[in-house]
Amino acid sequence: MEFIWEAPTEAETIAFANALAQLVGPGTVLAVDGDLGAGKTRFAQAFAAAIGVPGIVNSPTYTIIKEYVGRALPFYHMDVYRLSLAEADELGLDEYFHGEGVTLVEWASIIQQILPLERLHIRIETTGPVSRKIICSPVGQKYEEWCRQLERKQLEHVTRRNRQHESKHK
Amino acid sequence: MSASNNTANVAKAANAGSLSPNSSYLLLAIETSCDETSVAVVRDGRNVLSNIISSQIDTHRQFGGVVPEIASRKHVESITIIVEEAIREADISLENIDAVAVTQGPGLIGALLVGVVAAKSLSLALDVPLIGTHHIAGHIYANHLIGDIVYPALALVVSGGHTELVLLEQEGKFRIIGRTRDDAVGEAYDKVARALQFPYPGGPYVDKLAQEATEEVVLPRSWLEPDSYDFSFSGLKSAVLAEINRSRMKGESPDFSALARGFQNSVIDVVTVKAMKAAKEFGVKQMLLCGGVAANKGLRERLASLCGDVGLPLLIPTNKLCTDNAAMIAAAADLKWRRGEFSTLDLKAEPILSLEDWSVGS
Repeated sequence: MEFIWEAPTEAETIAFANALAQLVGPGTVLAVDGDLGAGKTRFAQAFAAAIGVPGIVNSPTYTIIKEYVGRALPFYHMDVYRLSLAEADELGLDEYFHGEGVTLVEWASIIQQILPLERLHIRIETTGPVSRKIICSPVGQKYEEWCRQLERKQLEHVTRRNRQHESKHK
Repeated sequence: MSASNNTANVAKAANAGSLSPNSSYLLLAIETSCDETSVAVVRDGRNVLSNIISSQIDTHRQFGGVVPEIASRKHVESITIIVEEAIREADISLENIDAVAVTQGPGLIGALLVGVVAAKSLSLALDVPLIGTHHIAGHIYANHLIGDIVYPALALVVSGGHTELVLLEQEGKFRIIGRTRDDAVGEAYDKVARALQFPYPGGPYVDKLAQEATEEVVLPRSWLEPDSYDFSFSGLKSAVLAEINRSRMKGESPDFSALARGFQNSVIDVVTVKAMKAAKEFGVKQMLLCGGVAANKGLRERLASLCGDVGLPLLIPTNKLCTDNAAMIAAAADLKWRRGEFSTLDLKAEPILSLEDWSVGS
């Protein structure tokens, strides 16, 4: 099942990152795709903040992998744009995927063949200057369950947001 | 790892500290933090006898052409050849080496490991001290290979993976006062180059296109908070993409050279204005430009002109010394050699390594 989070503003993208962050554990793999400027790194920053990575999380395009220490888990932030599949294969990414932390891969579709069997695909589509459509496609039972939980979290979030909106305009 | 190995290094450390200032020494340095395998032989921390960079040697003569070297296996394939080439070109023999320096971090763990293992092996086999070195300290001290650094100095580090303003209140003491919150300058150039349909890495094409442009699409400047020396370039990248989209929606073809000029001017304005402001606030006596993007013509010219206006001396390494290379690692390692601050053989490659913590005396 596919799960879609509509994010009309950057704040709503951050809200999605917060909801997702509540589900992660060791060995989580988030395979992120989206065009240049879609906000993959922005999403990664929001996600990192949500799992308690202190300080600046900046682009890993040049260095390919940046490692951080979060509140409970290490965070491995990758950008595989400038790698070929063969080069990525030689980097030994498996050690990260099956490691102690959470891996977020930008431009993940480039290395589709060497991603672990279970992962959550997250596609960020640009629908306007600040609005984004975030499409999650789970691979494996664990991530299918995540999508069901995300659906509940989305409902809670929207209800909460609407209530705040109403109280502000009373 | 036996305890006696560490003891041997500590003993060496004591010896080096007591070397007379006149005694000459030879340092072999290794850099494998990212794409390049590089080995240099440097006399007395400043005199470069050889500085071999894998992508710049005649690969057809040496081996079957294996660049770029992102994968650590590629570093493994080339490290021995490049060490030999560095020794040969320096016209010395391995036994003449007095110390071995290596990039300890930051960088890709697999790539760093190759250099670290090679350096440890050489240190152990030759029984000479090992000096784990910070990659960015290397970029900054590349300036010491072309001139004298006067303190306090301010370094503007602009490369593919880094954009930082580093204050050096005294020799070997690093304080980061600003850094990028998203893309490094080099990344921003390469991403805009992608939007302008240049192949990766396209930064140099954007520089060239901007130089040749007759028109400019004026793009926003990202100054962040008034008192911040941090940088942000991802909004600028989005502005370029938005301009391209706007043109296409109107059925026009976007003016790539005017966009390149607009992008370049925005980046250069922000980095140079922040650098000059910091130079004034901290009362520095010299500006140091370094990192791969220091080869950018537009940036060099603007910074030179702004420094000239206020009479602030500016150092910029040659293009070869701006890119990732081992001579710069030797230049930074010299700081530690002169203070007898050596690493033990249990030195670890550190993908995240703090520049400030690498300062001398810490």
